[in-house]
Amino acid sequence: MNSLYYQKRLSRNIGDKFFTSLSVICALIAILPLIFLVTYILYKGGSQITPELFTLEPNPPGDDLDAGGINPALIGTLIITTIASIIAIPVGVGGGIYLAEYSKGGAFSRFIRFGVNVLAGVPSIIAGVFIYALIVSTKILFGSMYSGLAGGMALSILMLPTVIKTTDEGLKLVPNELRYASLGVGASMYTTILKVTLPSAFRSIATGVVLGIARAAGETAPLIFTALFSYYYITGFGDLFYEMGSLAVLIYNFALEPYDAQNKLAWAASFILVLTILSVNIFSRILAAFTEKTKRV
Amino acid sequence: MIKTNKKISKNIILSLENVSISYGTFEAVRNVFCNFKKGNITSLIGPSGCGKSTVLRSLNRMNDLIPNCSLKGTVLFDGTNIYDKRVDPVEVRRRIGMVFQQPNPFPKSIYENIAFGARINGFTGDMDELVESSLRKAALWDECKDKLNDSGYSLSGGQQQRLCIARTIAIEPEIILMDEPCSALDPISTLKIEETMHELKKNYTIIIVTHNMQQALRVSDMTAFFNAIEYEDGDGGKVGYLAEFNSTKKIFNSPKEKTTQEYISGKFG
Repeated sequence: MNSLYYQKRLSRNIGDKFFTSLSVICALIAILPLIFLVTYILYKGGSQITPELFTLEPNPPGDDLDAGGINPALIGTLIITTIASIIAIPVGVGGGIYLAEYSKGGAFSRFIRFGVNVLAGVPSIIAGVFIYALIVSTKILFGSMYSGLAGGMALSILMLPTVIKTTDEGLKLVPNELRYASLGVGASMYTTILKVTLPSAFRSIATGVVLGIARAAGETAPLIFTALFSYYYITGFGDLFYEMGSLAVLIYNFALEPYDAQNKLAWAASFILVLTILSVNIFSRILAAFTEKTKRV
Repeated sequence: MIKTNKKISKNIILSLENVSISYGTFEAVRNVFCNFKKGNITSLIGPSGCGKSTVLRSLNRMNDLIPNCSLKGTVLFDGTNIYDKRVDPVEVRRRIGMVFQQPNPFPKSIYENIAFGARINGFTGDMDELVESSLRKAALWDECKDKLNDSGYSLSGGQQQRLCIARTIAIEPEIILMDEPCSALDPISTLKIEETMHELKKNYTIIIVTHNMQQALRVSDMTAFFNAIEYEDGDGGKVGYLAEFNSTKKIFNSPKEKTTQEYISGKFG
């Protein structure tokens, strides 16, 4: 009879140990790039952070002494992401409501779900080229070509699938009993959605929206085709129709410059961008955790 | 002909005429004829899968929400076939309220739970008064008058169910449908809800589905016994039908059908 005590030498126990450690090692390798990337950027960019960085315009390359700041790019990223949100959130939430509440699983809704999944997989540069062809090259927006507005539109295409999907899934989590309760007291479908189901799903939808914003804020390729870049302060509403700087494109442009000062500015901008996206992601995690808690009550 | 119709409509508030309901190709109930009297409590009893809940949900078009559900025949309410194409299901549900199997209060305060239905129905009177009178009618006022702003979820299961009844009363329906309202509750809460139902009988017509035969005996004036059998032309599955419909006394003391006798004495079910 075998002893009941754990035996290290047994081949099944050796195999078990081996595979456990193998999977732990793989998990560590998977997370290494993130750790290295974040620490490297924090190290390289963190040392460049000064108060002037947030207030000055970037100097044109060539002036090797001082590269200036990233104020226009920072504000530009904010504006472009806001434009993208203004377009993508209503359309996305509305589309999600249709899929979860109104559609009966017919061919049309299946087509939309499939389309949303395809859109989620479209390379971001394609979204940029699409808006370039549709808006920039045709000068359809009051004759302006490259503009912050066009950049926001390109980013909204990237945000849309995330918003639709999370709205759809968030609404599906709302128990049917709640819908019946509302319809049972004579509420119309529209009142039910607006007053009962949407508020119940609000936090999970908000989480999805925040993640969509985080994704859009870090995109470069679509902006190169649409918003291009600008060295100058954003002073008024009219600037929406002209080239607009953004953190991502600033990094792309200045990292390629042969001058050290510009490279350093690119590192500083990377630092700010990574920090922003990281904190937005953490914010969405907190939001999601909060949702879990309220659901259990 | 018209005269007889009027005579019937005085006492009969809701009548099913040759109603068959199917989910997709599966037929759930077949050829139901049934008249519900005004001011009565009518209970629908029968074994699982006999279609009594399906019939109940068809009475205020709740079945519309289930994909592929279709109904043949007519459901006459107030002289109108509620399945007529011109009928607005929202209006039907305003006049025929429903209480569900699981207590399903809104994730709002107790006050708002009741005010919600009234407000969307365009109620312009004194909301505080309506909330109080609805809670009183549902025998919940004394227990929650001091915490009207607490969440509806803070109440116990039985209290939640009475809150749902209060919410239904607040929209002043003519008929209240109850789908096994006590199946998720303890005996004491059940008793309270039954007391509530006796109170409500004065003003409303109630139709209740129940698995508890003692409850049917305690609360209802009329009882409809549903059963399910295999039809020869069917695909082998059982189809529900209305086996017997009579006053509760007769159903329980001297049923005409053998199956009714067997069901109420617990031989199957």
